Order: sequence, then structure tokens, then C-alpha cells
Amino acid sequence: MPAPQISESATKPVAISPTPGALFFGFSRVGLSGFGGVLPWARRLLVETEGWLSAEEFNVLLGLCQFLPGPNVINLAVAVGVRFCGWRGAVSGALGLMLGPFLIALVLGLLYSHYGELPAVQSMLHGITLVGAGLIIATGIRMGLNVKNRAIYLPFAAAAFVAIALLHWPLPAVMLGGAALTISLSWWRLSQEAKACRS
Amino acid sequence: MPILMELFVSFFLVAFVSFGGASAVIPELYRIAVTEHGWMDARTFTELFAIAQAAPGPNVLIVTLIGQYVDGWQGAFWATLGMCLPMSLLVGLLFKHWDKLQHWRGRAAIQIGVAPMAVGLVLASGTLIARSAAPGLLGVLLLVLTIAVNLKTKLHPLWLILLGGVLGLTGLL
Repeated sequence: MPAPQISESATKPVAISPTPGALFFGFSRVGLSGFGGVLPWARRLLVETEGWLSAEEFNVLLGLCQFLPGPNVINLAVAVGVRFCGWRGAVSGALGLMLGPFLIALVLGLLYSHYGELPAVQSMLHGITLVGAGLIIATGIRMGLNVKNRAIYLPFAAAAFVAIALLHWPLPAVMLGGAALTISLSWWRLSQEAKACRS
Repeated sequence: MPILMELFVSFFLVAFVSFGGASAVIPELYRIAVTEHGWMDARTFTELFAIAQAAPGPNVLIVTLIGQYVDGWQGAFWATLGMCLPMSLLVGLLFKHWDKLQHWRGRAAIQIGVAPMAVGLVLASGTLIARSAAPGLLGVLLLVLTIAVNLKTKLHPLWLILLGGVLGLTGLL
């Protein structure tokens, strides 16, 4: 084991670098404790419990994950894994996050295939569906409230909603076409801001 | 195409438009599983959604359950991998350059631009799922209550899911 290096910025507390094993078990806990949104748990582990990342580093990595499509929290596990242990860390983090929930889902799926036809199971799932839909709508509202310059951008959200929920247009086309418009608009606005700053 | 390959490819492609995570693309998952391939009926899809919501872990589990319903644990594996792999690879590749990219105007433009689209998609997903459950008056009340409680309090969502299950059992929804 190499001796700990004494860095010049000795005033800063030395960050603890996790091993692939620690990443695996850390993200396992995150995956299994998260119901309806795992991200807050990931932040708790990385920043508060283990101190692997500072709050600022966490936000930067989260930015990378939210920049890309796909399940954000899996992207986050990969990014954190790469940061500390290269590709082995990425595999450990993502596998840790997914393995427990994956196995539980398999068991629930098996139970469903045996008992899914029972009226009691169906009415229970009916109730859970409504709550699940409510949780997703609440998430959408929260995301909407976090959008900056709402008067400019939320009409696009409304248009995407109408196109998919009411007109049943194909989702990939709506997403890509709409995003091309909104990204052009935000690019143009950022250029204007940069010009305004310079003059 | 063999079924496992079909699962993998379908969800691999969905990953590229899933800004906002799996919750944002539920209508597309529905289209793939029910309309296009006929892997299951609408009711089964809705019930798998409910199970995914009740299980711990990321929302992507809906894809796992679809895969399992189609072809057992192998189906679950390939479907989940398809959904998670593309962006995991991109994260791995972009990571080294992120320090530079962070200050690129295009990055800010993409992030600002994609956010409202994700909002629209997530809201549409929730609405379509709620509609497919065809709730009665009490069901609509439960839906509104869930939204209000989740937005206004810090109550753990698991309690709401439990409430939904119990109220569902009464058959009044």
C-alpha cells in the first residue's frame, strides 16, 4: 500500500477514495433504500455519510448525468465509479445500484405471474397505479417549478404534453423535434446574454 | 429477430430519448410492449408499472419487469442492460472531458433546452398512466391527494403506495 501523499493543500481535509468493493456496497444501499426516486439517497451516501464527494463535486457530476438522457441515478453511479476507480469502478457502482432492486423485481414479477389473476391482487395494484401516477405527476410539477425563465420555456413543456398525452404523437419525434427548437432558443438567448455582457 | 435481441435493441433505442429518466418515456414503453410487439395487454402493462413503483430502486425497473414478463430472467437482464448501457458508456467517455465541456455554451444550451421537454414528457406519462387506470371519483381523489401530499410534505412515498394498495383492496377506487 502506498504511503499517503502529503499534498500542498494540506488544509483541505483528505478525501477518502473508495475501492470498487466499497462502491458496490455503497450503491447497493442506495438502490435498496430508494422508493420513487433514488437520487436523494445517492446524495446522502456520497456527500454526507461517506464523504467521497464534496457538495460542489456532487453537483458537477450530477450535471453530467442530467445532461444525458437515461436513468440519471445509474449515470451517476457510473460517473462516480469512473472518477475513483476507472471502468472497474463504473461497473461496481452500476452493478451495486441495480443488483438488489433487479433481484427484488424478479421475485415480484414471479409472484405476479402466479397470483396476478387474483381479483384482490388486481384491485391492490389498481390503487398503487393511481398513487404511482400521482407521484410521477408530482415529480413533473416539481421539475417544472425548477425550470428557469418559466414564461419562455414552459409553453414548450405544455406543447410536448399536448402532443403526447392528447394527440398521441410518437414520443421520440416529439422529444427530438421539440428539443431541437428549445435548444436553439436557449443557445440564441445565451449568445444574446454574452453580447450584452460584453457591451 | 430473436426475442432477447429485440428486447435489447428496443430499449437501447429508447435510452437516447429518455431525458427525465424512465418515468418520462412510459408512453413509448407502452407503445413498444403493447402496441408494436403485442408482448402484453394494456392491463398487464399498467400492473407492471404499479409493481415497479412499489419496488425499491430506480424507476428503470419497469423495463426489467417488461423484459421478465416477455422472457424470464434473461429477458429482464437484456431489457435492463439495453436501457442502461448507452448512456453509461457515454458518461464513461464524457467524464474525462467534462471539466472543459462544462463551460461550453452548447452544454448550457442543451441542459436549459431539454428541461422543459422532460417536464412535458413526465407529466404526459403520469397522465396517461392515470387515465389507463380509469379511476372512479374516489380514485381521482386519491390521485389528487398523492400529488398534493408529495409536493407539500416530506412524507415518505412508501406510505402513499401502501395507502393506494389498501384503498385498492376495498375496491372503491
